[in-house]
Amino acid sequence: MLAPADAGQAQEPRDAGHQAVPSDPALRVKALESLLVEKGMVDPATLDAIIQTYETKVGPRNGARVIARAWVDPAFRKRLLTDGTAAIAELGYGGSQGEHMVVLENGAKVHNLVVCTLCSCYPWPVLGLPPTWYKSAPYRSRAVIDPRGVLREFGLQLPDEVEVRVWDSTADVRYLVLPERPPGTESLTEDQLAALVTRDAMVGVAKVTVATGGTA
Amino acid sequence: MNSVHDMGGMHGMGPIEYDKNEGAFHEPWEGRAWALIRAAGQFSRGRRKNFRFELESIPAADYLRMSYYERLLKTMLDRLQAGKFITPSELQNGRPDPGSPRETPRLTPAMVEEQLKRRGSLRRDDVRVPARFKNGQHVLARNINPVGHTRLPRYLRGKRGTVTRDHGVFNLQDTDAEGYSLGEFPQHVYTVRFDASEVWGPDGGKRDVIFADLWESYLERA
Repeated sequence: MLAPADAGQAQEPRDAGHQAVPSDPALRVKALESLLVEKGMVDPATLDAIIQTYETKVGPRNGARVIARAWVDPAFRKRLLTDGTAAIAELGYGGSQGEHMVVLENGAKVHNLVVCTLCSCYPWPVLGLPPTWYKSAPYRSRAVIDPRGVLREFGLQLPDEVEVRVWDSTADVRYLVLPERPPGTESLTEDQLAALVTRDAMVGVAKVTVATGGTA
Repeated sequence: MNSVHDMGGMHGMGPIEYDKNEGAFHEPWEGRAWALIRAAGQFSRGRRKNFRFELESIPAADYLRMSYYERLLKTMLDRLQAGKFITPSELQNGRPDPGSPRETPRLTPAMVEEQLKRRGSLRRDDVRVPARFKNGQHVLARNINPVGHTRLPRYLRGKRGTVTRDHGVFNLQDTDAEGYSLGEFPQHVYTVRFDASEVWGPDGGKRDVIFADLWESYLERA
């Protein structure tokens, strides 16, 4: 069976009489691709183009550029916090799953954290596709009831006096966190700052630090 | 639908599996699966059943066992079968049925970037609908338990919050029990702020707050 309905890899396939195709997802997807190509429904070159787009053009580097610009340009920062969609479009980013962007500012008194409890909604134009942990049941279930515990699992211990704001992406609005600019970065260029900004910081599960920079 | 996809506030899902260096795709087959979903999914366009409803209809035990891409792939294949673009025997044999018609790909390499840039907004800037609530107003999330798709999570039903932002008018996304839209019902969507102590009682963090974006018909005056 190509259909991933019996995705439980530990489980016996329901119709064990048809095991021409193995249950390993990688092999199953490969077999499905060859079927859809043979039927003329899919062009392999299109698949390559889609993968390449997500690997090289749409991803957290885009968001990192938005954040770095906000750190060096106070007028842009103000526009970004007032109308996220329009300010992000100034840098050329927008489209599917980024139609209505709201940017949330992290600071000494407030820490914002983004989740989608019902699905895995995520701002594609600035962050790309969501990482596995964001789509997983542990994160989706606990971010709203125990955000500080979740943050501790990511290695971030917040002081009690910090207000934690959890944003559940239940409708069409997509959220991007504007992390605090780390101290000691006054001499860095905008490009150098962008290199410090991580995907995790833009979802709100980490802070930006000089030591652990590098956009995932 | 009160199924396991609506998991906000549940315990028992285990620790977060975190890979700091995860790229665009955690494993190469996921990229291939995602590309197939985007490309072959063109054949299920125009179907009226709500995609989120179909995802949520995956039996709860399977939903939890399957990964994100496996759930999307299953839903896409179900749609292709419902549209008679592929048959169960083709899925079983991995080969086109003898004499089956040959299709033409609906997504070409040149269309990929344009498709991603396309805005798919549900906002209805073309209609004027009065807003029932203002910023700062106290509201109560209704206690509803529909069997169709809804965007009002269980953990907020019956809870009191405060409107903090009006995002304008959007079509309602809720469906009936079969997954078909209840209708457009264009209405305002608001960000509503809930204190964690209102939502979780004494087990909620004293300095934690939750924001959710809710359609007006989910709310009543508090």
